[in-house]
Amino acid sequence: MERSEAAMTPPKGPPIRLSALDPQFSREIKRLAGTDFHACLQCRSCSGGCPFSDHMDYMPNGVMRLVQLGLKQEALSCNTIWICVGCHTCSIQCPMAIDIPGVMDALRERALAERVAVIEPDILAFHREVLHSIARYGRTHKLEIMLRYKLKRRDLFSDLDVGLRMLAKRKLDLTPSRIEQIAEIQKVFRP
Amino acid sequence: MTAAGRAAPIEVSYFPGCSLATTAKENNQSLIESCARLGIRLVEIPDWNCCGSSSAHSIDHRIAFDLACRNLALAPAGRPLVTACPSCTLRLKHAQHLLRHDAGARGRYETLWGRPYDPDLHVRHFFGLMVEIDWRSRIGNGDVVPLDLTFAPYYGCMLNRPAALRPSTDHHGVMERVLGDLGMRSVLWASSTQCCGTFLTVARPDIVTPKVNAILQNAADSGAECVVTACAMCHMNLEVRCTLKAPIPIFHFSELIALAFGSARRDWFSRHLIDPRPLLSRKGLAA
Repeated sequence: MERSEAAMTPPKGPPIRLSALDPQFSREIKRLAGTDFHACLQCRSCSGGCPFSDHMDYMPNGVMRLVQLGLKQEALSCNTIWICVGCHTCSIQCPMAIDIPGVMDALRERALAERVAVIEPDILAFHREVLHSIARYGRTHKLEIMLRYKLKRRDLFSDLDVGLRMLAKRKLDLTPSRIEQIAEIQKVFRP
Repeated sequence: MTAAGRAAPIEVSYFPGCSLATTAKENNQSLIESCARLGIRLVEIPDWNCCGSSSAHSIDHRIAFDLACRNLALAPAGRPLVTACPSCTLRLKHAQHLLRHDAGARGRYETLWGRPYDPDLHVRHFFGLMVEIDWRSRIGNGDVVPLDLTFAPYYGCMLNRPAALRPSTDHHGVMERVLGDLGMRSVLWASSTQCCGTFLTVARPDIVTPKVNAILQNAADSGAECVVTACAMCHMNLEVRCTLKAPIPIFHFSELIALAFGSARRDWFSRHLIDPRPLLSRKGLAA
């Protein structure tokens, strides 16, 4: 079988400059992720099994290489860290037992802390709405999460049919399920 | 856990999670009902909060840890904490892992929740309870009725864990074993452990729809009459994002157990976006 051109071509963008390696970044991600990605031997099992690799700019094994080398800018700005849903299909296939989604979590958090431009703003907007809901009610209120997300994107009409079908089937509660001790949750969200 | 129906029920703590409390009430009610019939009383931990879901650990590990810990702190000592959602289970177990191995994490827990963490708290997914039951003898004594259905067991990402959390108890094959004992036939199929796409369903439905369609098409092509899910999030994604003309219905695992006990309720099945009632009546299983 012929390999597609795309699979062999590195992502478009400026060439990687090996003078820009940042070992401090590598150490920081290792500490945050709590897993040793230096064990990665580029077998690509993770990328072969990843259900979403078609939509990623760097394959998961590529991201492991970026963090090994300390290529901070590339690692923090790739879309892979946002497309990864943490399903851990890669984790069970990795022969070196690396917690690959743990690395993605660490990179996402660093990317936000360093205010790197987020290449998948809608995915980030969704995460923020979920946290907003938890901060407010202690639990997720799906209808409000969806409405606020849609309002922020100024796009109320995509998925309207889905929303209406869910409402008709009583799958979306109008009022939130909320906890009593909300002050305890606010304590968690205080920086 | 196999106490007879008339004996005093065994009480366990229960963490339903947001999906079961809201979008998947039929999953929650059928699980509570099935456990009641097994002599197990699920006692919700008081004032539980969201485990943090996918979003907390995606962008803020500290918030994810704290949210999970509040639930652990609310769980009474001396009884297991039973979970229904595979994703909540992973979040709670991940927090326990940090508490076990990191003194800083334990310190934060004690400061925030005013008590030491309970190293003996056993967080267990309800699959662990179901697989301990002797279903065949219950069929023998007429406690449950066999279900004549061919199903595709769908685990999604439930069986995947990072190496540090790879559990000693393994949930591979639990649905096949339990439902097999209840008279159902499972098919072997390729998408049993394919991730459903989880939260990408909101921001990137263009990614999730083809995934979901492939999963449901594979199930039908494998000869299954229905799909059985382990997770309420998977159930919702499969139903909401499917654009196939005539997809096969999707059941929560717990709904089928309740159905075998003869205690399924019609209003569970009317909440499904893909109506399973025609299949159930064709099989003489109408609730």
